[in-house]
Amino acid sequence: MELEKFIENFAEQFEETDANEITASTVFKDIDEWSSLTALSVLAMVVEEYEVALRGDDIENANTVEDLFNIVKAKL
Amino acid sequence: MAFLSFKNTRIAGISAGVPLKKICNLELEGLSTDYNSSDFVEATGVLERRVDDYTTSDLCIAAAERLLEDLKWSKEEIEAVVFVSQNADYILPATACIIQDKMGLSKECYAEDIALGCSGWVYGLSTLAGLMAGGGIKKALLMAGDAKRRATFNNPLFGFAGTVTALEYKEGDEGFKFHFGTDGSGYDAIIIPDGGSRNQVTMDSFKEEMINGKAYNRLQTRMKGMDVFTFGITTAPKTVKGLAKHFDFDYKDADYVIFHQANMKMNNMITKLLKLPAEKVPSCMYHFGNTSSASIPLTIVTQLRGKVEDKPTKFICCGFGVGLSWGTVAFETEHLVISELVEM
Repeated sequence: MELEKFIENFAEQFEETDANEITASTVFKDIDEWSSLTALSVLAMVVEEYEVALRGDDIENANTVEDLFNIVKAKL
Repeated sequence: MAFLSFKNTRIAGISAGVPLKKICNLELEGLSTDYNSSDFVEATGVLERRVDDYTTSDLCIAAAERLLEDLKWSKEEIEAVVFVSQNADYILPATACIIQDKMGLSKECYAEDIALGCSGWVYGLSTLAGLMAGGGIKKALLMAGDAKRRATFNNPLFGFAGTVTALEYKEGDEGFKFHFGTDGSGYDAIIIPDGGSRNQVTMDSFKEEMINGKAYNRLQTRMKGMDVFTFGITTAPKTVKGLAKHFDFDYKDADYVIFHQANMKMNNMITKLLKLPAEKVPSCMYHFGNTSSASIPLTIVTQLRGKVEDKPTKFICCGFGVGLSWGTVAFETEHLVISELVEM
């Protein structure tokens, strides 16, 4: 599982945010477009691409995109 | 693994009752501090809902009267009523008993309530199919729905509906194939915390707390949306595939695959993961919202009336949610009677 590909998949869930603005160290809850509704798209992407079922707490406990990547990786 | 098969029973007809009064979610203000109403409608696929001062049983009884008329069944013939809801008329007695009297059904009538939500229609169907398979009961009504009138709350996701599915004993009929599952570790993913025996009602039950940008008191349904979302998109494909594998058929051969109407984002992902064409997966949540155990029969009544009555039609129906609880059923209909939607 590649971090770069994960960031790309993560960035695709945003409609208004430029993908270039999203990096491994981005604190994703600070992105203007982030809401509990965008979170659902991220959850769906993780199920579809990685067959991993995240919980709300996993999103809660992650700060950066890389944190989330590591949580998904640990559940693979 | 809870796989079951019951023969000799068929679905003769389906009807649904909803309030006439519509609430449009785009007109709601201050939905959440987290998102606005148009984002909500886009993500959930719920534009409007039917909500008014009716109980679940009011809606079910109206739908039942219409269906019996359309089927030309007399009330004396009904030998069982199963009422599936999490919004009963009273804490006790069981609402099915009240329905027996209000509808003037025979006193020689089997009547019971089942307290399940989104998975409830499939569970209710298995209860009646199991009871009827031996021929002891020839005609029965499955009522399923939720009108969340107990603790009024303008939750933009949920609409009111009550449905009726008429079942008939028919020797030689292929009947129903089921798969069921339960994960009670997720009991608090969708919960009304107070008002039952575990947490009695106190003055504190009425105090509002903020959860994800919305105010809730402890008598209103609260949901861990993200947990429920992941549960739905992982469980629904698994149970549909599991049923098909166990009974050795291809789920893609079904004419229609009807999912509980949870929210559009969830249902679209389930459809995508199962690689089903959109035209096989009808949906009614845009106009009716999430109607709990009513959502599968309500989808059939509002989306398939006029399309399936005159030919044999293969259905797969899958309910999943509060409990956490899930169930999937496969059956075939022929000469199905679908009543016009009852609006009251």
